[in-house]
Parts: sequence; structure tokens; C-alpha cells
Amino acid sequence: MAEEPHRSGARPLSPFLTIYRWPITMATSIVHRMTGVALAGGTMIVAWWLIAATSGSPAFNFFNEVVSSPFGQLVLFGFVWSLAYHAVNGIRHLAWDLGYGFEMPKANATGIIVFVLSLVLAVAAFAVAYTGHGGYYQ
Amino acid sequence: MSLETPFHKAQGLGPSHSGVGHFWRQRITAVALIPLTIWFAISALGLVGDSIVPVLRFLQNPVNAVLMGTFVGVSLYHMTLGIQEVILDYVPHPGFKFLLMLVNYVFAFAVAAACLFSLLTVVTTGT
Repeated sequence: MAEEPHRSGARPLSPFLTIYRWPITMATSIVHRMTGVALAGGTMIVAWWLIAATSGSPAFNFFNEVVSSPFGQLVLFGFVWSLAYHAVNGIRHLAWDLGYGFEMPKANATGIIVFVLSLVLAVAAFAVAYTGHGGYYQ
Repeated sequence: MSLETPFHKAQGLGPSHSGVGHFWRQRITAVALIPLTIWFAISALGLVGDSIVPVLRFLQNPVNAVLMGTFVGVSLYHMTLGIQEVILDYVPHPGFKFLLMLVNYVFAFAVAAACLFSLLTVVTTGT
């Protein structure tokens, strides 16, 4: 669009992702969107789980089988990490909405904290399940 | 000579016409989702396992059923607000934009209906 910026009816375009180098705050913002979209897909996992639970043992066993498969575990880890990231970074956004943490060094630091903490939470959740500490409502 | 100001040309060009309401609904659902997500994570980890029986027993508890329904409902509402924002930001074509907005809401209502119907069935039928 650079050749014809003043064409009548054409609206100006902002520079997009590919133009910038990636500061931490930009990366956290983009990943927040990506995890949000991923979680939209993730709602179908929760829906399937609930539907399977209503439909009886064969349907529920099939759900368990798919989720326990290597591919299922990969998708589930993506879902769990997305949930952790979107939740933790969402809290960061709410703090910004209240006016806290806008200073660049602070925003960068909390950005790194969000990445690390969300990964720790996701790995911890899987560690709890894999070491047999999950299932305490069984 | 035209008395026209450039203002009317800019009017209505923005993607949203009710931005403030959208902003607040997004924030309020976000705040509500903090405790709900913590509850969901703790519950889901507690239900890890092969058997359907504890899952049904868990969901038949009215407190759990209501919390699960609320988590699903608020999540999907928050989702429609967020996905709408993404669509309006990245999809310039009006027709395609409209279609995606439709898909956004149909998806949310379909998933919500499926989840709530399942929950109701579990609660009312028993094991």
C-alpha cells in the first residue's frame, strides 16, 4: 500500500507485526492473543469432557484414550499452558488497567515473569498428574 | 464551496460502535474468571484418572455443577468479546468479517448449550 497512500477510499494501514523487532512487551501481548484464540478451541475439550461424562463409560473411555495419547497430551499441554499464560498475563493486564506496572523496566520484568510462571504452572500441573498426586477427588 | 467537515467521512469507520461497554464487559468477565479458573484447575487435577464415576459424583454436587456452568458460561462470554476484538482488528473485508462474527457467536452458544445440557443431564439423572 506504500505506493498509493492517498487513494480515495483507501484507509491508511498501521505498520504490522513484521515491521518491528520484538520487545518483550510486544511478545507478551501477541502471545496473549494467540493463547486467547487457542483457548477458544480449548473450550471444545471441556465441552467434549462434559458430553462424554453424560454419555456413559464407553464415550468417557474414548475421551480418556484420545487425551492420554501422545498427541492428546501435546494438545492438552498446549491447552493447560495457554490457560495458565492467559490467566497470569490477564492479571498483568488488569494491573495495567488500574495504572500499575507501566514503567518499561517493570513491564519487561513482569513479562518475563509471566512467561516463566505460566510454564512452571503448566509443567507443575502435568507433574502432579504424572506423579500420581492428581485424582484426589477419585 | 462545501461546508462539509472531514468529520463525517471518519464517522462510522471504526470497527466498533460500543467500545466502552465492550471494554468493561471484558474486564469484569476477566476478574470473574480468576477465581473460577483456579477452581477449575484444582478440580480438573483432582479428577485426573480413568474412571467416570468420580467425575459424575463431582458434577452431581450442586456447588460443583453451578461453578462448572458458571466457568463455562463466563469463559465463553469472555471468548466472544476477545475473538470479536481479533476479528475486527485483522479482517478488513465486511462480508467475511460479518461471517466470522456470526461464527463467533454461534460457536459460543453451541458450546455453552452442549456444556449446560450435559451438566443438567448429569445432575438430574444420577449414576
